[in-house]
Amino acid sequence: MSIDYRYFDHEADIGIEAEGRTLEAAFANAALATFAIMAEPATVIPERRVEVAFEEADAELALVTWLNRLLALARLHGVVFNAFELRREGDRWEGAAWGMPWRPGADRGTEVKGATLTMLKVEQTAKGWRVRCIVDV
Amino acid sequence: MDMSQLKQLDPYCYTVPKRPDEERAEVRLYGSRPLLETMDEMVLTQITNVARLPGLVGPAMTMPDAHWGYGFPIGGVAAFDPDEGGIISAGGVGFDISCGIRCLRTNLDLPDAVEAFPRLADELFATIPAGVGEEGNLRLSPHELDQVLLGGAEWAVKQGFGAEADLAFIEEHGKMRGAVPGNVSDLAKKRQRGEMGTLGSGNHYLEVQVVEKIYDPKAAQAFGLHEGQIVVSIHCGSRGLGHQIGTDYLVSLAKAASRLGLTLPDRELACAPLKSPEGQEYLGAMNAAINVALANRQILTHLTRGVFARVIPEARLSTLYDVSHNTCKLEEHVVAGRKRHLYVHRKGATRAFGPGHLALPLDYRAAGQPVIIGGSMGTGSYVLAGMAEGEQRAWSSASHGAGRAMSRKQALKRWRGRELIDELRGQGILIRTKSMRGAAEEAPGAYKDVDEVAEATERAGLARRVAFLRPKVCIKG
Repeated sequence: MSIDYRYFDHEADIGIEAEGRTLEAAFANAALATFAIMAEPATVIPERRVEVAFEEADAELALVTWLNRLLALARLHGVVFNAFELRREGDRWEGAAWGMPWRPGADRGTEVKGATLTMLKVEQTAKGWRVRCIVDV
Repeated sequence: MDMSQLKQLDPYCYTVPKRPDEERAEVRLYGSRPLLETMDEMVLTQITNVARLPGLVGPAMTMPDAHWGYGFPIGGVAAFDPDEGGIISAGGVGFDISCGIRCLRTNLDLPDAVEAFPRLADELFATIPAGVGEEGNLRLSPHELDQVLLGGAEWAVKQGFGAEADLAFIEEHGKMRGAVPGNVSDLAKKRQRGEMGTLGSGNHYLEVQVVEKIYDPKAAQAFGLHEGQIVVSIHCGSRGLGHQIGTDYLVSLAKAASRLGLTLPDRELACAPLKSPEGQEYLGAMNAAINVALANRQILTHLTRGVFARVIPEARLSTLYDVSHNTCKLEEHVVAGRKRHLYVHRKGATRAFGPGHLALPLDYRAAGQPVIIGGSMGTGSYVLAGMAEGEQRAWSSASHGAGRAMSRKQALKRWRGRELIDELRGQGILIRTKSMRGAAEEAPGAYKDVDEVAEATERAGLARRVAFLRPKVCIKG
């Protein structure tokens, strides 16, 4: 999967935009964009795997649910993620994230509190899919 | 913001005239012309959307520090009547439910503490869990957590965190009524397991400050403040539990709104009528999150006192006041000469009851409610007092902070965390942080001019300035 994400301006929080050849790949890149706010992905060793599953018919709400589920799981397991995988069958979304526990003394980014519905968009492009939303920090 | 679309109602209040075909309530934007000129256009879009929500009483308003948020703008205030189909909105409260500021006054003056600042900075940084991924030492069983959700700061005091005397100086006496732990998801409760007594990151901070200027000697005396005095301010909220409640209900209320036939101008306004089961469910969960925030600031107060006791044994810290920013609360207000019970959303806005309000502690009743405008780590903060005019102008609400003037992305391009911290040290401000990125994002230059925000808050008749606080030590996440 090629890494393809960027940030856009929002006065108080942070806008994330990600692309992928498939919708699932775009979602995975959006997750990477979200977690890169909290820790530099290159410094994270993907040594621990956590599974994610949820049901959502609306693709835009699915993006928000996917990101928020990952944020909650990261907190529950005391880890930060840097690799993601997602599959969709109908309304069912199943995937996994890889990461490692926070290292004491390592420089940290800014905590993402949650993905919001603001500027939320999931759209098909000539190359695949583009997704975006504002995350609250 | 394009000022040509606004109509000035008085020197510090503007509105947007309605188009003939437009169905919405009035909007009011409080602030000085320079503050409004630099506000993002989205503030206007968002507050105009709020003015279209059902059951709104009076205008939808923004405070002088308003900026572009999600759903409601940050600095948005709106009151709803449940008997008129009024709603409660998860987007009108935000993710960090009851994020707020606890201000502690000390018995120390600057000369008593100045030499201890480096050690205070190091020990506070070592003791206060701060930053993304950081956990506290407190581990609660599911039953104990439910007691926090019901008891707030009152629970914390019963556990030995702080003193009974603190409670009189916390909104709701430290305990928000109407909390329903059963409306909080298991996931939200699990997220809070390691997060009681933690500061968080982003714009959250713990600062040791000095009272640099008194504006209102009488109110300052009532609040126990004098020039040269050391105070401590703690800015944080309801941590993972609040974030998860925001997450859970943002999606469920967005779906409920369409199911209940509410046409929302922005899905992020995610809301339900207060009299619906969905609205009541969110209200119970949000009240529980308010209690978590109150307990969290109470525990951090206790930890701070412990550090001061080790570093400066003669130090005594008492609670000046504890204000919450992101809430929806049932309050009595006078509308057209009649008392009504309204649910007031304040998102990034502070409750600011004026003199005489019965909810205020006796010591402050003549002065009005303390309001704290938290500024950036390089500039300073203000203590203000609620004004009588604020009741009619903005349901007794005021600004909550300096408000961002620049996005985090732009701030990251412009500043480097290390350089900024060195520069501030040169100005006599000691920063301790686990995040250089966070320091750059929170650069003083990324915020509006806090002096202008405080002055506009006073001139708009919302809250009058009492004291200016200059930071000396700042712990950031």
